[in-house]
Parts: sequence; C-alpha cells; structure tokens
Amino acid sequence: MSNHDIKIKVNGVVRTGTVSARTTLADFLREDCRLTGTHIGCEHGICGACSVEYDGQPVRSCLMYAVQADGHEVTTVEGLSDKDGKLSALQDAFCDTHALQCGFCTPAMLISAQSLLNETLKPTDEQIREALSANICRCTGYVQIFQAVRLAAERLRSGKEKVAS
Amino acid sequence: MTENKFKYIGRERRTKEDKRFVIGAGNYVADIARPGCLHLAVVRSPHPCARIAAIRTEKALALPGVHYVLTGAELEEYTKPLQQYLDTPNVRWYSLAVERTRYAGEWVAAVVADSRYIAEDAVELIEVDYEPLPFIIDPEAALLPEAVAVHPKHGSNVIYRRTFSWGPVAEDFSKADHTLAFRTRWHRSATVPLETFGVISEWGPGQDILEVWASIQMPQYVEQIAAALKMPQNNIRVHYDVDVGGSYGVKRGIKHTVMVCYLAKKLGRPVRFIEDRLDNMSGGDMHGPDRSFDMKVAFDKSGRINSLKIRVLDDVGAYPGRSPLQLGKPIGAIVGAYRIGSVEYEAISVTTNKTGQVAVRGFGQSPTNVALETAIDRVAAYLDLDRLEVRRRNFIRPEDFPYLIPSGTTYDSGNYPAVLDKALNLADYERMLVRRDELRASGVAAGIGIATCLEPSGGNSAFEGLLNPSNESTTFLEAVMVKVDRNGTVTVIINTTTSGQGHETLVSLIVGEELEREPDQIRVVHSDSLNGLWTHSPVGSRMAIMMGGAAAGAAKKLKRDLLRIAAHNLGVAEDELAYDSGTISVAKDSTRKLSWEQLVIIAHRQYQKMPAGMEPALQSTFVLEVPSGGNLPTPDGRIQMYPCHSFQAHVALVSIDMGTGKPTILDYSIAHDCGTVINPHIVRGMIYGGAAHGIGAAFYERFAYDEGGQLLSQTFMDYLLPSVHEVPEIRQTEHCTPSPLTSHGQKGVGEGGYLGAPAAMASAVNDALAPHGKTLDTLPMRIRDIWECLNLA
Ligand code: FES
Ligand code: FES
Repeated sequence: MSNHDIKIKVNGVVRTGTVSARTTLADFLREDCRLTGTHIGCEHGICGACSVEYDGQPVRSCLMYAVQADGHEVTTVEGLSDKDGKLSALQDAFCDTHALQCGFCTPAMLISAQSLLNETLKPTDEQIREALSANICRCTGYVQIFQAVRLAAERLRSGKEKVAS
Repeated sequence: MTENKFKYIGRERRTKEDKRFVIGAGNYVADIARPGCLHLAVVRSPHPCARIAAIRTEKALALPGVHYVLTGAELEEYTKPLQQYLDTPNVRWYSLAVERTRYAGEWVAAVVADSRYIAEDAVELIEVDYEPLPFIIDPEAALLPEAVAVHPKHGSNVIYRRTFSWGPVAEDFSKADHTLAFRTRWHRSATVPLETFGVISEWGPGQDILEVWASIQMPQYVEQIAAALKMPQNNIRVHYDVDVGGSYGVKRGIKHTVMVCYLAKKLGRPVRFIEDRLDNMSGGDMHGPDRSFDMKVAFDKSGRINSLKIRVLDDVGAYPGRSPLQLGKPIGAIVGAYRIGSVEYEAISVTTNKTGQVAVRGFGQSPTNVALETAIDRVAAYLDLDRLEVRRRNFIRPEDFPYLIPSGTTYDSGNYPAVLDKALNLADYERMLVRRDELRASGVAAGIGIATCLEPSGGNSAFEGLLNPSNESTTFLEAVMVKVDRNGTVTVIINTTTSGQGHETLVSLIVGEELEREPDQIRVVHSDSLNGLWTHSPVGSRMAIMMGGAAAGAAKKLKRDLLRIAAHNLGVAEDELAYDSGTISVAKDSTRKLSWEQLVIIAHRQYQKMPAGMEPALQSTFVLEVPSGGNLPTPDGRIQMYPCHSFQAHVALVSIDMGTGKPTILDYSIAHDCGTVINPHIVRGMIYGGAAHGIGAAFYERFAYDEGGQLLSQTFMDYLLPSVHEVPEIRQTEHCTPSPLTSHGQKGVGEGGYLGAPAAMASAVNDALAPHGKTLDTLPMRIRDIWECLNLA
C-alpha cells in the first residue's frame, strides 16, 4: 500500500501527516490528529456518526480517504465552539433541550444541523428533518434534537444567544 | 399536576453530562489510546454449523505487523467457559468457536496486529478447513425430538421449558362466556447502539493488574472475567469512567472481553478490539428476543378478562447465556395493567444455529406486551366494544393498590385510568377519530393505535432463582459514597459506567436535595472496580430507584453526622437543631449556629471539637438492596419480581399508503407515570427514545436468516434503523403516582417507551386493516406485509 504525505486544514490548523492510501479520513482525524469527537458507527455510510464539514459541506468521513482531503479544509465537532471554549449557539441549545443521551451521534448531529443553520436561520420543519435525516440517533427519538435546532435558530435570529454556562 | 415540593428534583435543569458530549469530549472506549496498543480482528465462520478440521495460520503470521493468532483450542485450554445462567453444563461457550461452529458469523480465530488494517489483511490469510454439518434455523422445528441439536451433548435444543399456572385457570376458562385464540410473532431485532462493542485490556506486570476499559453495561462483569480467566477478582480493574455509546441492555461483551484480556496478558501489550459493524451484527451475540406467542383469552360478555393462557417460544440462538431469563421477567407483570385472575404461562427457550441472544431493553417484556395488548384489542373486536372501554373495565383501579397479581408480584402504586385519559387528551382523541375517518374516506388506510404498558422497575435478580432453582442469590444492590473535602465541596462516587442515562445528573440532584447544596457544585465521579464500591449495573430501569436511593441514603447519613457535630458544639440535642442549606442552627435561637464551612473545619481539622468516638472527616457510604429484595420463589413459581411499577399509555394515528403499504405515523402521544420525576429532560428523552426503538421493532428492524442459515441483515442497508423521517415528533405528558418504596417516590423510566410503542403500532396497523377484514400479528410489520394485507385477497 502506497504512502502519501498530506496536508489538511482541520479546525483552522494545518495538519500534516503520512498516511497509507487506504487510511480513511475518519481514522486520520481520530488516530493521527487525536480528534476523537468524530465517531465511527458503521463505516458504510448509513449512520452519519462520522460526519464532518468538508469545504463547508457535511460529508461522511468513513467514506473518504484521507488522501482525498489533501489540500482541503475540514471542521470537526472540536471546531464548533470558539477559541475560549464558549459553546456555539447550537451546542448550547443541545444542552438546553437535552438533545442527546449517550452522546455518540451528537458531534455529527451538530455538524449536520450547523450546516443547515449556516444556510438559513429560518429553517422550516421540513428542512430540519431533511438535515437531520443524514444522521441516526438511537437514544433520543430525535424530538429534543428538533427542539434544539429550532431553539438555536431562534436565538441566532434574534441575536439573543444565551451566554454559555 | 401536584405541586413540586423539591428544590432541585423535578426542575427543568440542564444535565451534568451534556456539555462534554457537545464539544466532542466524551471518553468512549475507542478514544482511549494506550501506548503500544495492538489491534484485534476476527475470522468469522461462513457456515451455520461445521466441524473445524484445521486452522492454518502460517501465512497470516508471516505478514509484517502480525503478532499472534488465537484459536478456540487455545482458549479452551486456558480459560473456563463463559457463564450460563441455567443448569446446562453441556452448553459450553467460549469467545471463539471450539471444535465446531454453531452459527454463520461465529468467531473462529482472532488476529492481533499493529493496526486494525493489518489485522484484517491477516484475517484473509487464515485458512480454515470446515466440514459442514446439519443445522437448524426454525425454532419450532428445533423443538422437535428429531431436530439436530445445536449442543449435541446437551441432548436437545430445549434450554428451558416450564408451564406455570397461577390461579384457577381451567375453571376460569370453563366458566367463561367466550374464549378466543391468536398468535403473535416477534422477530429478532435488537437495540443496536450506534457505538459497537469495544474493549481494551492491558496487563501491568509490576502490579499484576489486568486493566479493562470497555463499552459495557452488565451486572457481574468483573466476576465473570475473573472466573473465565481463573484469576483473583482483585487482579482485575474495570474502569467505569468510560462513556458508553448507547447500550439499552445489549452491551454485554463478556466473550469479547475474555479473549482480549487473555491476549493482553499473554502478549504483555495492550490489546484492543473495537467491533466493526459486521462483527457486531453477525457475531457479536447481540440479537434480541425472537418469539412466538400462542394466546388464549377467557372473558365474559362485558369484556372482563378472567384468564389467559400464554405459550411462548423464544429462539435464543446458539449460546443462551443470560437470555433465557428474558422469559422470566415478564412474569412480574404478566397481566399488564389488568385485573386478570389467573394465568397459565408456558415458557420455552430453544437453541438454533443463529447468533446468541442478549438482554434487550425491557428484558423480554416488549414482545410480551404486544401479545397482551393484542389480546385486549381482540376481545374488544370480538364483542364489538370500544377498545378503550375494554381497557377501562379491566384496569386495576387506583383503590386496588398495592395490588397482588396472580404470579406473585405486588404492584406498588398507580392510576391507570388517569394516565390513559391524559394520553387521550393530549392526542385530542375525538378529533383523531374524525381525522382517521377522513383519511379513510380519502382513500388511504388509517388506524389509531392504543396501548398501555407496565414497566416493572428497580431491577433485581428474582428471575434467576425462578428459572434456576439452584440459584439462591437474591442480593441486587447498589452503592454510593458521598464525601465532603477539606474545602467543603461535595464529591459523589458511583460505581458503574453510564450509557446515556444521566447518572451524574441523577445523583447530584438527589444529594443536592438532601444536603440542600447546589447540584451543579457537586462533583460526581465513576470509580473503577477496585477502588469503588459495589454495583449491579444499570439494568431493569433501576438507577433512579437504586443509585438514587443509595445516594439519598449516603447523603442522609452525612447530614446526620453534621447534626451530631453541631449538637455537640452548640450544646443542644440533635432534635433541637434546624438544618438550612448546610447551616445548622438552634431551632429556637437562630443566632446560635454553625455554617457549613465551620462544620467542615471541625470535621476535618479540629478533632478536639468532635463528639467522642466519632470518626473524623466527612464521608458516608450507603449500600441499598432492591426494596423488594431477598425473596425466593414459591414452588409454584410465584415471586415478587421488581419493586416499582411505572405505567404508560400510547395513542397514535397511522396512515398507510394503499399503493405501497408504507405506514406514516401522523401523530403520537404518550402519557406516563414514573412516580416522582428527578430530571424532566432525562425522563422525556427516555420516553421518546424508547418509543423510537419500539417504532423500529414494529416496522423496520429484523435480523433475518435465510434457510441456509445465513444472516441477511448484516449492515444498516438491510437492518433498517428509524431516522427522523420515520419517527414523528412524539408528544408526552406526565402523571405522578409516587412509589411508596423509594427515596423520593421515583420509579423507573428507561424501558416504558419501548414496551408501549410496538404494541401501539401493531394496534394502529390492525385498526387500519380492520375495514379490509385483515389482521397482521407479525413484527416487524414490513411495508410488503402491510401491502399484501391491503391488496391481496
Ligand atoms: S460511520 Fe460513517 S456513516 Fe456510519
Ligand atoms: S445520543 Fe446516543 S445515539 Fe444519539
């Protein structure tokens, strides 16, 4: 298996590494960058637990090779809060509505929902459903996740982002 | 709703755990990096049953980066078989197949290598010579005397068979106005957590301690590792601070663990095995109940049900382990929410050549509840009565509590009619009826699902002795320690892993309530199995009751110590004191007082001010036994199963596309009564999430095997998990009948959603099929099945 030197901007920081051609992007992020917030649930593209933002769009990092991301930009859950650790409005809303239980799907759920909010702060229920349908959650039944996305959108719209505790 | 008399309990507060998960800082087993860690991958049998003639490992071992190949023969030599809970000495289960494979997917060998990638390469280089043998897949056929035995030395496939009879069943049947019979089928599914099972082990030679980090939710985990490895239990340290990525019962990877621990010790290197999804679904022994119910119901013309005869056949797969006990737990609520005077229950557990069954949310009760609730709907249909009316006529009435059911369990408390009414109100039932009929008039099939469920909670081991009389253990405890440090902050130590239940929130609220200290300032830590106290793990909806109760007990003890110190220093008797948020004053003269800080200083630093004979510092432990614990079954099989009994009522409207058979849940309301709610967010989440699992089991999820014994649903493309498209925005409302048996009136809530939803969905589909003269009693009710009912004669 050939090895490749790659350079990926992850959460604003340039990461370099030498990876085998078959190393998935998920494994590179988790094992080489030690960004373990990106989770692996199926490795065949269904569950969405491995979703990261890739050049601004959510993708399945289990279905991409790390070499494919060479020269691109990736945001993982670790890149969602600001540098001082202040939670994003969405993360904060997830805590307010308890939009999680075991937390395993949560990082990727946040990635999917955030990319929706990046497009619109007035998402319809159908748009929320469409965005969240990329991710399976086995714990919550999705209700409180729905509520969190609506709450975050509303707070962002009114500029009344709650200060994270 | 009744006034909440608590300061922290029952309030809308954030949980303690969520923050670390939303920033991606969970500590799951796959996130744990041990220096020099090796990776394991398994070889899976392609045959449902075959003699293993030879395993050739040379090519695999020659691959650079490969360290070891383990086979069943070696494990058999050095480890003991994994625990069976029934008296079945000839059922021998090891982490890897020994001599023969017993299901397609069973693990035959394990490779240890520098990376999982290399380990998987090596798996492909291992050559196994199999000699295929006859096998058995169908559970009914497995029962027959001529059937091929999965464990030949056991002599047959029957692992458990007993007919219980509680009350005058024959008489009730002969006197009944009517009887009816039907069959329901619950196919194999499971809760399938998003995180697969994983375990890491490391042997610390200097200390002779085997370290274990695992994605585990299992009672007696450490002691079973010790037994299998023939090792003193205090040589093993299971780390309970590992976040578990969902479990709902199934994370019992004892076979994975024993193999990994054995290798870690043998190789002197950390070894990790994180199942991939195929490992998990095909050979992880994590499938759930697989049952058929033959039901007979005796009832009078008013719809009052007098008696039930239930015959249940459960296919536990190749290695039964704890799973036959899942036929035991339903005995604790065998009549559901109804006044049914007598029951016959024939419970049969058989082995087949499929992956083993494991505990799943509700421990066997969800399939049973579908059978029970179907019985109610059938009686209503038979007599042309309203389904709600039949439920109301049969409900155990509020004034009947505590209520003894025929199988020996006393229900603690409840108000079933009130909860049902709340569900109907929430659903706007009258309007829902109109909507259903409008839908039908517009050419779609539509039905309303109604179901109730009992949720026995508090989790003990009563079914162990019931199904296996040689087992006399009844203790099923939970322990908590509370300590106050020299600076006055409070830390609580709990002794189990958490898989989303919010244990830190639970105990911080209860300790905060008791000590009147802000829960957010209370630190909660998970011990390990060496430095902590005892646990029987979060099973059977028990932690609010058991961990919560132990936390309350420990906090109360600590408060008593504070009062004793204060009484001594203020020169009054303890009963003359008043406690307010940690400050203790003389009740009649509030100027004479000691603050929390002052009391802490005395306890920790000023021994001269301590009452004579009192231990210094501030700490307390409390070990709680299940409130109903300590009883063994009567010879006719009556027993107090669980102590507390929650209740839910589900009402849902489902439409079905006539052309495709596709169901859509248009509206779903749940009313629940789990006694005192400790944290409303957590309770709601359990209900929504449990119901979503139930929707999956009702419509989508099935581990299907073909006639050749091959598992057809090995990926999430075939085993369908409900997404946000399939799960509607469920609505919920609560009712509170406190339990008289628990610290704050709480009951369990982890399972009810899953117990009610499949029955509610079955009820809705059957209501939709009724105008078409059809019934459908097989779960999952696949789109094709529904379509056939609607479109074929
Ligand atoms: S792990 Fe990538 S989609 Fe499931
Ligand atoms: S919170 Fe557990 S899978 Fe979503």
